[in-house]
Amino acid sequence: MSAKSLTEVTYRIRRFNPERDSAPHWEEYRIPYTPGMTVLDGLWKVKELRAPDLAWRSSCRMGVCGSCGMLVNGMARLACNTQVTDLGGDTVVVAPLPNFDIIRDLVPELAPMFDNHRALQPYVIREDARELGEPTGEFAQSAHELEQYLQFSYCIKCGCCMAACPTYATDALYSGPMPLGQAHRYNTDTRDGGFAARREVLAGEAGPWRCHYAGECSRVCPKGVDPAKAIQLMKRELVLDYLRLRKAKCPAKVAAKPSGVRRPEIPDAPAPTV
Amino acid sequence: MMRDQKLWTWHLAAGAVILVFLGLHMTIMHLDKVVSVASLNPAGGHPIDWNNVVARGKSVLFPLTYVVLLGAALFHGLYGVRNILFELDPAHWLKRTISAVLLLVGVGLFVVGTWAAIAGFSLARAI
Amino acid sequence: MLETRAHPNRLGIWGWLGGGRWGAERYLYTLHRLTGLGLVTYFLLHIVVTSSRALGQEAWQQAMTAVTGPLFKVGEFLVFLAFAFHAANGIRLGLIELGFGVGGPIEPVYPYRTSLDVQRPLAVIALLLAAVLVVMGTLNFWVLD
Repeated sequence: MSAKSLTEVTYRIRRFNPERDSAPHWEEYRIPYTPGMTVLDGLWKVKELRAPDLAWRSSCRMGVCGSCGMLVNGMARLACNTQVTDLGGDTVVVAPLPNFDIIRDLVPELAPMFDNHRALQPYVIREDARELGEPTGEFAQSAHELEQYLQFSYCIKCGCCMAACPTYATDALYSGPMPLGQAHRYNTDTRDGGFAARREVLAGEAGPWRCHYAGECSRVCPKGVDPAKAIQLMKRELVLDYLRLRKAKCPAKVAAKPSGVRRPEIPDAPAPTV
Repeated sequence: MMRDQKLWTWHLAAGAVILVFLGLHMTIMHLDKVVSVASLNPAGGHPIDWNNVVARGKSVLFPLTYVVLLGAALFHGLYGVRNILFELDPAHWLKRTISAVLLLVGVGLFVVGTWAAIAGFSLARAI
Repeated sequence: MLETRAHPNRLGIWGWLGGGRWGAERYLYTLHRLTGLGLVTYFLLHIVVTSSRALGQEAWQQAMTAVTGPLFKVGEFLVFLAFAFHAANGIRLGLIELGFGVGGPIEPVYPYRTSLDVQRPLAVIALLLAAVLVVMGTLNFWVLD
């Protein structure tokens, strides 16, 4: 069936109401298809026409807030980022993100992920905490230093990687790709001095040691953060740290303020015309 | 108790050691016709024939390499099993039990194997 | 926080086999575990059997006859296959998990080129190496014997 001839789609949704049901079950809804419809658009249609009590999380509808992570046709994706026609066929199978408890319908309990995240102290840690609170200038960071962690800073905490990870599927103590990727994001940030603090958690069972590079997290990440890469790079740092070969970098200093004197070769601005 | 950061580094190092020594072992035992090294199977026939076993066992390299391979392989393999079992999220007391059992099995078999290597060496020397 | 009767939804061991997308690297991971378990099982028995070399020719030959026969030969061949894959994939994992061959941080531009795409040649080389070993082993076990 080509995309052009699609007039209706079937939504097969995993539903669960804790006040009524003892276990999740499948429900099917047939709704009209409009060109360019995303999975999220379809869910709104289902709620409007068929199931007013359907529950899910969504917000920005443009792939930046990370609320609408769901299992769509067997793969963890953002509902707002997925075109119905990209799935092939005329059935959209929607289930809540696996590896998280189901609160209701398509709403997963993401608190454990954020607990693991918080445990790895995902913020810039410096000895001169006063500078963080009352800054006197900007921290000196080159473009090259920024590039070392910028990719991992694009994470929107949607939880798709956690749903795809085989280790997180069984191991409750493993931190998961998102917290570990973010730990690496801060360890590599030259403004941060918190490697030793994070190592306390990273050296043990919550660390990256249970990652075996199945790579599913990077495959499903909707922002291209590549947490699998972050974790392997972090393992190298930690192994070097154990072998005492890691170069301890001082956190970036506050950049020197410009002296206020204009360099001679820079021409003056033209006179204002207005 | 050694934390995972250290255990994993040793796991990797053991893997590298096994690659070299087990590679040699496999070549001698199972690739002897494709890659024949006459000095390692001097009596001809199968590598597991007694004559070949004795001939290889005469060199001092035999107990040395076997004990290194034994230690590395036991650590690597049992740490792997420990990882797989721990990932199934057992209770805390069960984790302690698993660690203890694997440690006992590992040390026990290491003792058995080292004895066999040294005793086999002295036996081969005597023949 | 509100007390909710949330329904458990962890994938469990099924998550080890497939749960996100059927990527090749996930199968390599599963196969690496299976071959590792097979090898360690064989190895523990192997230590006990081959220790008989220290007890003289009689004991050795008794032990060897106990482990001869078509079933054991097939079993040993399977162990060799497991070794071939586990070793080749192990080299690949050893490099990758120390951060080599996965590429460095990049600016993600859709469609994303992840570390999985960067390490793909390494995975192919590892599988080729395993294939070469399998061919050599097949020759040795079944053809030239």
